[in-house]
Amino acid sequence: MKAFTVHRGRVAPLDRVNVDTDQIIPKQFLKRIEKTGFGKFLFYDWRFVAEGKPNPDFVLNETRYEGASVLVAGKNFGCGSSREHAVWALSDFGFRAVISSSFADIFANNSTKNGFLTVRLTDQQVSEVMRRAQGVDNYQITVDLEKCEARDDQGFSAKFSVDEFVRHCLLNGLDDIGLTLQHENEIAAYEAQHGVPAGLQDRGAVG
Amino acid sequence: MGAGRTLFEKIWVAHLVATPAGRSPILYIDLHLVHEVTSPQAFDGLRSAGRGVRQPARTVATVDHNVPTEPRGSPITDLIAARQIAALQANCKEFGIRLFDMDAPEQGIVHVIGPELGLTQPGMTIVCGDSHTSTHGAFGALAFGIGTSEVEHVLATQCLAQQKPKTMKIDVHGQLGLGVMAKDLALGIIGHIGTDGATGHVIEYAGPAVRALSMEGRMTLCNMSIEAGARAGMVAPDETTIAYVKGRRFAPTGGDWEKAVERWRSLPTDQGAAFDKVVEIDAAQLCPFVTWGTNPGMVAPVTGRVPEVNGLQEGERRAAELALQYMALEPGRRIEDIKIDRVFIGSCTNSRIEDLRAAARVAKGHRVNTQVRAMVVPGSQTVKRAAEQEGLDRVFLDAGFEWRESGCSMCLGMNPDILQPGERCASTSNRNFEGRQGRGGRTHLVSPMMAAAAAIAGHFTDIRNWKFH
Repeated sequence: MKAFTVHRGRVAPLDRVNVDTDQIIPKQFLKRIEKTGFGKFLFYDWRFVAEGKPNPDFVLNETRYEGASVLVAGKNFGCGSSREHAVWALSDFGFRAVISSSFADIFANNSTKNGFLTVRLTDQQVSEVMRRAQGVDNYQITVDLEKCEARDDQGFSAKFSVDEFVRHCLLNGLDDIGLTLQHENEIAAYEAQHGVPAGLQDRGAVG
Repeated sequence: MGAGRTLFEKIWVAHLVATPAGRSPILYIDLHLVHEVTSPQAFDGLRSAGRGVRQPARTVATVDHNVPTEPRGSPITDLIAARQIAALQANCKEFGIRLFDMDAPEQGIVHVIGPELGLTQPGMTIVCGDSHTSTHGAFGALAFGIGTSEVEHVLATQCLAQQKPKTMKIDVHGQLGLGVMAKDLALGIIGHIGTDGATGHVIEYAGPAVRALSMEGRMTLCNMSIEAGARAGMVAPDETTIAYVKGRRFAPTGGDWEKAVERWRSLPTDQGAAFDKVVEIDAAQLCPFVTWGTNPGMVAPVTGRVPEVNGLQEGERRAAELALQYMALEPGRRIEDIKIDRVFIGSCTNSRIEDLRAAARVAKGHRVNTQVRAMVVPGSQTVKRAAEQEGLDRVFLDAGFEWRESGCSMCLGMNPDILQPGERCASTSNRNFEGRQGRGGRTHLVSPMMAAAAAIAGHFTDIRNWKFH
């Protein structure tokens, strides 16, 4: 996994609450069996009008937000479907982090597996970042996971909290499957004590 | 733990493999359900890391999201969908995983077949790369949705590193009235606590109205826990649960059954156990609901009106305005005056035999409105056969509904069953998000009885006044 330490980048404001993963990556793009290439489908129904023409009213189509790598959005970001494609699409588009006042659990979990940071600030702080991103040209923010801090050059600074283990994995780009497998002895002991239920054992001629 | 433990805590503790210092606890997973959409990248990850599937016997796969609901045997014309289904077939073969494929008599929506095959049992930990895995909590299992990275994690280790969620009890007093279904209870709860009301929590549904629900009703209720943001939803196992599981294909038998039942009886939350949050609901206050907006918390009683938005807080007001714009509705419109073009009866929320019986009872002796196209999509081949044995297919067909093959279908429109832009649909599914059922499509979530009644009336109508034949 790609490590996340400190990132500075342009901020794009998506001033909506409850942005669900169906909006982030609509269903018609979930049929692909790869992990890459989802960026061009990000927010597809909002970014494009009919026949794939860019929607001039959508924030990510404004030239002043071109190249933005931090998204700021309203509360409950990433709700709905568990599709990890949402995180893949945001990453592939060029985002490294999303700032919001709350995130849906599965989306937040998926983010941590992809070196993508969900930065949880208070409602007021999110509003302030949103205001600055909308009002200040080329507004940039630094998201610092080492110090657990988001700050800009104009005096804004806010601490955020991240689960200590998640932070450790993100800072070091650790593969958590490898970490779990360090507990092979415990897993094997658990399995020895709890056998596979009889009904499941005989798979016959499967596959 | 002096004050006793909750159902959730009992299952959590029983599945702890390791609790490494400074790290998330490692939880053992009893059953891993797999479908075609969220698994291909996980299998690729295994291959590139040189890992295998640790417990193929605890892993069960089916195809549901992409499958056409046209008669089986018709070719899949969507080549990308066909490739995804082929990938699952190849992966199951390579790793020795049981697959209930397109043409299998057991095929169906993963959250319908798990319970009906007896794979889902009380006290288990169950995961699937699908947010509606919360459905299985109806059996008193800890069941939750995961992303593809975690699917790979479970395939490789049969475990997950998980932060412990908080607990929430939703106590439903009294009894649901006639015509008020488990779906209405779920919508009523989400309307009350909001789409992020249970974020970070595992819900336990309790109280007399929940105890009185059938297993199908409990599944509908737990299914929609995710729409309130919950990690999972659960109902403690009781005689209803045990009677449902008994004799099913993968249920324990003989001496194993006796032991299992004894264990299941010890699972319900102890007297005096504490929850992080408690919500009280009065069942008598609930009625048939219809969603008016673009998230499942935007609900109104069928006898009510599209709400005014002025009184709402800034963020919520903007969300409501955008929702009304998308839905082409205005505040003050009577819900019963909203006309519809399409009806979808199906999905992991409401496609089980009891749902189809309820809808058929409404449809019997009536005709679908000439302006409406209505389809019924059974949750599984097993449900479809059962319904046909009871003659429900005839009731639907005679009334002008389409009777289709099983799958997720128009709940998320990954197969050809989608809404056209501007079409308005009464749907028994779980999400009314923008574009969920097709770009520009407008979804109103309702119970199966309300959906069937809307199909016939051509607009929403209070099922409590229905003329049953």
